[in-house]
Amino acid sequence: MGENMTDVLLRVENLHVSVGDTPIIQGISLEIKRGEIHAIMGRNGAGKSTLANVVMGHPAYEVTSGTIHYKGQNIDDMEVFERARAGMFLSFQYPAAIPGDQVGTFLRKSVASVRGEAPSPRAFRKELNEAMKQLDMDKSFLSRYVNDGFSGGEKKRLEILQMLLLQPDLALLDETDSGLDIDALRIVADGINAVAEDTGCMIITHYQRLLDLVRPNFVHVLIDGKIVQSGGPDLAIKLEKEGYDWVDALV
Amino acid sequence: MTQDAQDAVGDYKYGFHDPESATIRFDKGLSEQVVRDISELKEEPEWMTEIRVKAYHHFMEREMPTWGNCDSLAGIDFDNVTYFLRSSDKTEKDWDDVPDDIKRTFDRLGIPEAEQKWLGGVTAQYESEAVYHSIREDLEEQGVLFLDMDSGLKEHPEIIKKYFGTVIPHSDNKFSALNTAVWSGGSFIYVPKGVHVEMPVQAYFRINAKNMGQFERTLIIADEGSSIHYVEGCTAPTYSTDSLHSAVVELIAMEGAKIRYSTVQNWSANVYNLVTKRGVAHKNATVEWVDGNIGSKLTMKYPAVLLKGEGAHAEIISVAYAGEGQHQDAGAKVHHLAPNTTSNILSKSISKNGGRSSYRGMLQVTPKAAGCRSKVVCDALMLDEDSRSDTYPTMEIGNSTADLEHEASVSKVSSDQLFYLMSRGHTEEEAMGMIVNGFFEPFTRELPMEYAVELNRLLELEMEGSIG
Repeated sequence: MGENMTDVLLRVENLHVSVGDTPIIQGISLEIKRGEIHAIMGRNGAGKSTLANVVMGHPAYEVTSGTIHYKGQNIDDMEVFERARAGMFLSFQYPAAIPGDQVGTFLRKSVASVRGEAPSPRAFRKELNEAMKQLDMDKSFLSRYVNDGFSGGEKKRLEILQMLLLQPDLALLDETDSGLDIDALRIVADGINAVAEDTGCMIITHYQRLLDLVRPNFVHVLIDGKIVQSGGPDLAIKLEKEGYDWVDALV
Repeated sequence: MTQDAQDAVGDYKYGFHDPESATIRFDKGLSEQVVRDISELKEEPEWMTEIRVKAYHHFMEREMPTWGNCDSLAGIDFDNVTYFLRSSDKTEKDWDDVPDDIKRTFDRLGIPEAEQKWLGGVTAQYESEAVYHSIREDLEEQGVLFLDMDSGLKEHPEIIKKYFGTVIPHSDNKFSALNTAVWSGGSFIYVPKGVHVEMPVQAYFRINAKNMGQFERTLIIADEGSSIHYVEGCTAPTYSTDSLHSAVVELIAMEGAKIRYSTVQNWSANVYNLVTKRGVAHKNATVEWVDGNIGSKLTMKYPAVLLKGEGAHAEIISVAYAGEGQHQDAGAKVHHLAPNTTSNILSKSISKNGGRSSYRGMLQVTPKAAGCRSKVVCDALMLDEDSRSDTYPTMEIGNSTADLEHEASVSKVSSDQLFYLMSRGHTEEEAMGMIVNGFFEPFTRELPMEYAVELNRLLELEMEGSIG
């Protein structure tokens, strides 16, 4: 990767975020370039999901100070759908069910919205078949209702399927590995690796096991809404072995 | 259209009206003479005139109904209604012979196009009478009768005399009495034994004139082992004063027969829609009502099935959408009168911008109806805090062997659902439309595809400009 500014997809500067009166994120700065994988680790409640959600524009989170730039532009005023159309993607920890909406139709509509034009039915079918094959998903998925009655693993696969189809520039993956058995984890990891080269990735996870399969360039440890330690892949391995107690001492 | 009227109805896409071109228009208001004049004009047999006059007197004496949202009925001014309006001198078999202005209306509604593509027959009613009617030759050859009701009475008086008013007598309620007194148009269908009508047949009802009353009367008889799917659509222009639509629909499914009756009601928001619909299912017969209510000011409609023969089945799927100033008081009634009869009722309603939707249901099991099964599911979806949804289930269970289930739920669109869909590139309005279409999906999947697509589009339009 060169040092060209356009390669910086996400720049978060001294970000503070609250939900209601409760501060969650208390001064985070972070830069993600195209082709980079950043792992965000930390205990429950450290603010990891909040970070992903606020970048995507979740209305429940209020940026109290600091800025988020995407592709060099301050996105404070951008609606959620505009962020999606600009190439941002969030793989949800708990994707919402939309009863009555079939997966196939939903995917086609989403692809059309994000790309700004509907793909031809034939081209789309081909694309869809390939992506589903890659994720070892059965075609019967397409006639089911979006996330309705899905197992945890099925939901995560559908998230990754959407990522493959929407081809985002910036992918925010919020605990995409939780609830997956080892085979599913491998398939999902392959999916992430397939897009990682052209994408900036933020992977939120508790576990080393995903990072064995998707090698991060950077690992950041979050405690109480702050990044207290950043490093390379070794940092994740150390956390796996020693837990978070030693990081607490750094605060 | 006045600005007030426009504000009241929002963007109703069928709200256009054409200049009135009545060849015969009765003065407003109702009297015995009006009833006799309608009958005479139609050259009806005397027995029908007598039925009308008797019903008229019953209507005058009868109190307003007590089942339903009855307070709102006080707004109807029966003296300000035109009870009969003829806009074309005859019913044509070729669209090119239909008067131009009327044909244009149906073109805009897409009826001739739909007919070519996927229908077995079409009746198009404009004001009081059918202006166009056709049936596919192969159906005619199999002995299927599909006529507008007036022609039915002329050509097959013996069948009509035998069945007319047997399912819904004039004395059923005030509005069935009114309909019986002044009925005009509607469909008459007879399907012979063992004949399966594969393509749906459709009737389309259009009110064009101001303060119009439309009182169509439909009678469908499916003889033993036969089947038919009848589809009904309706729209009206948007006026600042009210119109009245009060139909009566009687279905008779003989042993082993199946009738499905689908409706997409999309009246403009100035129409009182007060309809009595009831079917009889004889031994092992099935009656299905697929009933969609999108438009109107007030709808009171509770499609009913009398399960009269052993093993008969009723299926009632209804959806209601109540927007600003609208009340959809809809529901279902099933009467288990024979052993081993079964019924499924699914009702789904959406309320938005202060609209009100109610489910009003009646489930009756008589003492001799042993071994019945019934399942009732009511789901309501609220799109904002100002809207209202109620459920009024009534059960009269006279046999302890009945197996009954009742589920009801009220839900709101969650911010998680909206955020999820918006994160996939959809605007908030589009996201709302997807949630609403999904909610109605159990209904739309039962409709012919063309109708389902149209309904989804309609609901998406309703969501536009709705996010504040």
